[in-house]
This record gives sequence, C-alpha cells and structure tokens, in this order.
Amino acid sequence: MTTEQNVRHFQDELEQLKARLLAMGGLAEDRVRTAMRGLTEGDQAALDRVITGDDAINQLHVEIDDRCVKLLALHQPMAIDLRAIVSAVKINNDLERVGDLAVNIAEAAARYMTHVPVKPLIDIPRMAVIAQEMLRDALDAYVRRDLSMAGNVLNRDDEVDALKTLVFKELLGYMQRDKTTVAASLDLILISRHLERIGDHATNVAEDVIFMVSARDVRHQVEESKF
Amino acid sequence: MKITVEHLNFYYGAKKALTDISIEMKANEVTAFIGPSGCGKSTFLRTLNRMNDIIPGARVEGSVKIDGADLYASGTDAVLLRRKVGMVFQKSNPFPKSIFENVAYGLRINGMAKGRELAEQVEASLKAAALWEEVKDRLHDPAMALSGGQQQRLCIARALAVRPEVLLMDEPASALDPIATQRIEELIYVLKKDYTIVIVTHNMQQAARVSDATAFFWMGKLIEFGPTPSMFTGPREKLTEDYITGRFG
Repeated sequence: MTTEQNVRHFQDELEQLKARLLAMGGLAEDRVRTAMRGLTEGDQAALDRVITGDDAINQLHVEIDDRCVKLLALHQPMAIDLRAIVSAVKINNDLERVGDLAVNIAEAAARYMTHVPVKPLIDIPRMAVIAQEMLRDALDAYVRRDLSMAGNVLNRDDEVDALKTLVFKELLGYMQRDKTTVAASLDLILISRHLERIGDHATNVAEDVIFMVSARDVRHQVEESKF
Repeated sequence: MKITVEHLNFYYGAKKALTDISIEMKANEVTAFIGPSGCGKSTFLRTLNRMNDIIPGARVEGSVKIDGADLYASGTDAVLLRRKVGMVFQKSNPFPKSIFENVAYGLRINGMAKGRELAEQVEASLKAAALWEEVKDRLHDPAMALSGGQQQRLCIARALAVRPEVLLMDEPASALDPIATQRIEELIYVLKKDYTIVIVTHNMQQAARVSDATAFFWMGKLIEFGPTPSMFTGPREKLTEDYITGRFG
C-alpha cells in the first residue's frame, strides 16, 4: 500500500469516526428534547422512552471509544489528526453524560408530574432551549471546524448559569412560603441543575473543538480568551 | 547553546542545497531533523562536522559555531573537529577488524591511550554503547560477525571512544529491526546525559520518542523548529502539519 493510500484509508476512518460522533450527538440531543417535551406537555410516555432508552447511546459510547483506541494504536497519528482523535474521545464522554442527564431530567419530571404544579414553567424551558442550542452549535462547530462558532458556545454558558440561579431563588421563595411545594420545587431545581450541566458539557465540547482546530487549550481561562 | 548556526547556505557546485539556516541546539539535548528525502537534513547534519568538505565543489556560507568557535573559520582543524563531533551513519560500517580493534582504532591513531589504559577505555566505550555484556567474551572476534544492531552499537562505541562532545547520527536505526531500534533509542536517551546529540530520521515516531527538539526541513529550508512535544501535537506551520500527518513527503 502506498503512503497516499494509507493516508486516504486513515482519512476515511477519521470521517467515519466523525459520522459516528455526530450520530451520538444526535441521539443525545434527541433525548434531552424528548425529556423536556415530557415535562412541558406532561407526556409520561415520552419520559418513559427516555428513562428506559439509554442502550443505543451507551453502545455508541463504547463503539466510538473502541474506534479511537484502534486509530491511535494502528496509525499513531500526529498533529491535527492526533488532536481530532483525542478530542473525539473527550466529546464522546461529554455526549454520553448528556444522555445520562436526559434520563435524570426525565426521572425528575416523572416525579414532578405526581405533584401539584408549583408555577407555570418559563425559565426552565428557556434554559433547555439555550442548553440545546449550545450543544447543537458545539457539534456544528465540530463538523465545520469553526472556531468562532465554538467560541460563541463558551460565551453562552453564562446565560444558562444565570437562569439556574434565578430558578433556584424563585423556587426557594415558594418553598419558604408554602411547605407543600417543597417536593415539587426540589424536582424543578434538580431539572435546572441538570440543564446547567448539559450547558457545561456543550462548553466542554466547544473547548475540545478549539483544541482540535487550533491546538490551543482554552479550558479554565475562558475569561482571558473570550471571543 | 552548544551549537549555533547562523545564516548557513550550502552549495553543491551551482546547486544550492541549504538556504539561510539559523538554529541553536542545546547541550545535553537530542535534536531531531525530519523532512522528506532531499530536503537537506543530512547535508545540514554533515555541515556540523565538516563532512561535506570532501565533496568536490561543496561550498558553505554563514557560520556554524560549537561552544562559540566557528567550524569554518580559517585555522580550524577538521580532524580535531571531527574528534569533538562524532558521527554514526545509516549503514553500520565497522572496520574489517576485531571488535576490540574497532573501538581502539581512534584511540590508537590519536595516541590517546595504550596498553591497559587502552583496554579500559575500550571497555568503557562498549559499556556506554550498551554492547559490553554481549561481546566481553569475544572481543577479538571479527566485528563483521556481529548482528546489524550490534554492529551499529559498535560504531557508536567507536565514535564515543575518542570522547566527543557532540554525536551526529544519520538514520542510525533505519536498517534495524524493532528490538535493535529500541536499544538504539534507549541508548540515545542514556547518552544525552553526557553528549549533545543530533539525529536525522525518516521515522517520525522515532523523532517524537527520542528527541527534545525537532527541526523540520523542506526544500533546503528550515521550516519550523521547536520543542518536540509541541511540534508533534500542534505545529505552527501548515507545511509541518501536512508533513507529519503524512499528507506529503
């Protein structure tokens, strides 16, 4: 096999890895969306699908890791190729965690539905929209190798964090005024916490994209390197 | 800095083989030269001990300094220089003599040792080259009877015997099997405590494994030079990235 054929073979493998990672991202996004629909529409069947349907994402998690290990062992990649694979390993973990968080949201939503609603849901769906947009943008940035798009994801994390604080303060008020709202309020606080974590994982993905494209490690120094 | 090269141009007759090379190599570090065939890396290596002097029509501009002394200044003794700057080649080239005599040769012709002292220095050099244990009982057997990997370590022992400060290695493991290659790489790691090592290699993984700094050459130019870990994870230049990821070369 010539060097050129070897490189092409390796590039094909990298493309397949990218496609599998995007499939993983699609599944993770879908599960968050379904869990949120279950919550906002009171759709128990949707919540059940999320709670019991973790297998596909778990299988992909293992498959993608396996692909990465084989690519590292067989091709000993360097520079951008090495960074692409190391980033894929990390993004894979983040997406798997997003899938787990969707399950946590669905479980909390299922519990919440057994209580009298505390209040109309406004900020939590807004958080969910932002967190899902962050995740989608981070994955788009991965596909397009787009640094500015990844940078925008990092900047949006603050919005989700601010909403989580707002939700917490508001529900704390309800709980202090009326103890019968405690159980339901706690479930909503947990859901907002899970959404905030999804935003964090999207941020991680965006940081990995920046590392993959530019070889710069921007973790823990977002303030100085804001885009 | 052990070796400082400034604005070096090199010509084979009318053909310019190296263009404006400036680079600094630190003492007790391993510097690797990588690049596609014909990029000038071996030519550049040979300018570091004036091995190119013997090529008709070869011409050098600029300066190469070791410990501040210019190799190409008039009055520099090329023979003394080569004692200070040892070299190991791609193909092991032991003399058709015994193992002992191969290592003793440089010491004898330079009048550096004789008798018991000579034997001690031969032993020390063979130990430094990690060959002693394998040959101590057959020092007077012909060197040609050794395996390829052993012959290469013998050549390293021969180069070390005259106590150089710099060791140049031109593809020292390219003809060896993986185990013999690993021995040479381990040896390089040990030797850098005492020597400044410059190695030319086509094997990028080898450059990544053994060197502290890596220089990438392309068409007679030094394209990028930096710490090995950053060269292989995030090179600054697109050309370097394309080469080390196998997209050309």
